[in-house]
Amino acid sequence: MHPLIRQLVSHGLVITDGAWGTELQARGLALGDFPDAWNLTHPDRVGEVARAYVEAGSQVILTNTFGANRIRLGEHDGADRLAEINARGVEISLKAASGRAWVFASIGPTGKLLMSGEVTAEELRAAFAEQAQALAKARPDGLVVETMSDLEEAKLAVSAARETGLPVVACMVFDSGKNKDRTMMGATPEQAARLLTEAGADVIGANCGQGIAGFIAICRRLHTATERPIWIKANAGLPTMVDGRAKYSATPDEFAGYIPELIKAGASFIGGCCGTRPDFIAAISHCLAAAREP
Amino acid sequence: MSGDAKTTQALTKQALADGVDPLKLVNDYMVPAMDEVGRRFEANEYFVPELLISARAMKSALELIRPLLTARGDQPLGRVAIGTVKGDLHDIGKNLVGSLLEGGGFEVIDLGVNVTPEKFIATINEKKANIIAMSALLTTTMPSMKTTIDALKQAGVREKVKVLIGGAPITQKYADEIGADGYSENAVGAVALAKKAVTAA
Repeated sequence: MHPLIRQLVSHGLVITDGAWGTELQARGLALGDFPDAWNLTHPDRVGEVARAYVEAGSQVILTNTFGANRIRLGEHDGADRLAEINARGVEISLKAASGRAWVFASIGPTGKLLMSGEVTAEELRAAFAEQAQALAKARPDGLVVETMSDLEEAKLAVSAARETGLPVVACMVFDSGKNKDRTMMGATPEQAARLLTEAGADVIGANCGQGIAGFIAICRRLHTATERPIWIKANAGLPTMVDGRAKYSATPDEFAGYIPELIKAGASFIGGCCGTRPDFIAAISHCLAAAREP
Repeated sequence: MSGDAKTTQALTKQALADGVDPLKLVNDYMVPAMDEVGRRFEANEYFVPELLISARAMKSALELIRPLLTARGDQPLGRVAIGTVKGDLHDIGKNLVGSLLEGGGFEVIDLGVNVTPEKFIATINEKKANIIAMSALLTTTMPSMKTTIDALKQAGVREKVKVLIGGAPITQKYADEIGADGYSENAVGAVALAKKAVTAA
């Protein structure tokens, strides 16, 4: 196990952060705009989001770099700014954390499907290597390969991320099949845990795709299938549209109510994905603090 | 239905050479095969990889059959203009639905990603599309579906088409709210939905 991960998990549950996209929208990011570009144009507002999570009790925060890979950036005519967007994303989170939280830089999927032939393994490998190196230069504490639907793509991202020597978290989306316990490509939590462990990920997990209730069983199955610590970032229930805006059904307290069960199911890192906000992270902190009181 | 595109194409060639009616090939062999693929998907035996392979095999056979049908004046089941809505660049789901619709006997006009309402309207007017299929992955971009339907109404073409929508955050309730004609939660269901839409018309 990577020494930093060993150190982090030795003190019990680690609280990570919540959603970024919706927080940026609340600060003026327009529909269809590329969130990562705000690292260059609105670094102050991106920093506000990072700081809000640190203040809510996040011990690990991520970065606003989820989509900053060459394949995705190409679609936004910004490939030349790639290195800068990634580096600034890490710098903004490091500054907001200022020693109070660890910064794990986010690497998301390319949005292209290997199997359909739209993109080759070599192109994916190159895109992930480029982003991982650009992030590593700004010296984050770790890298998070997240929201992956295809284990083949995730494995390429993990191996590119490992080249930096930083600890690597790898998490998949389980949102398919009747019980929502498969990836889009049909992989089970057991298969994901095995393949990501083989690929050398230091932490393995699940994020996005469904509300927190569905994560208990997935977490347990991941935990049973690997020795690695488990990372869970759940959505705040399912979205419904109210006046043209997405509203998620779970409240911060309802969300935090699942934390004891998730810990029992083997989670070492817990945070939120779509629909969660700093008040969700604060609710988790309170729940943990209450549990620790004698 | 092994999903082997080369074998499918060879078998199709052989059947056509033997004088089997091309329409009979589609209706009696290919459609039931795709229905079985759909059934296995619903039963959690098949996932996206199997759908992609099956659609590819189906397409390879249709490449041989379609020109024969067109030459004798047989119309496709329907013309579908498909795209991700304005603001949305995520096309994995849209591409999958597109290939399955082609496999299901539809002519598919792929408008790509970030499709404006104007582009959908132009496709209805110029290419005689009778189904509009819209996809959105994000809760932030799904309101573009309503904008597009409103634009179709304004342009006076709403009655000429059936509007079908899909994507991770979409629900039947949302489809009803914005006045879409149908919603499917997966790609297999989208084909059945499109078939229902053209027969109901």
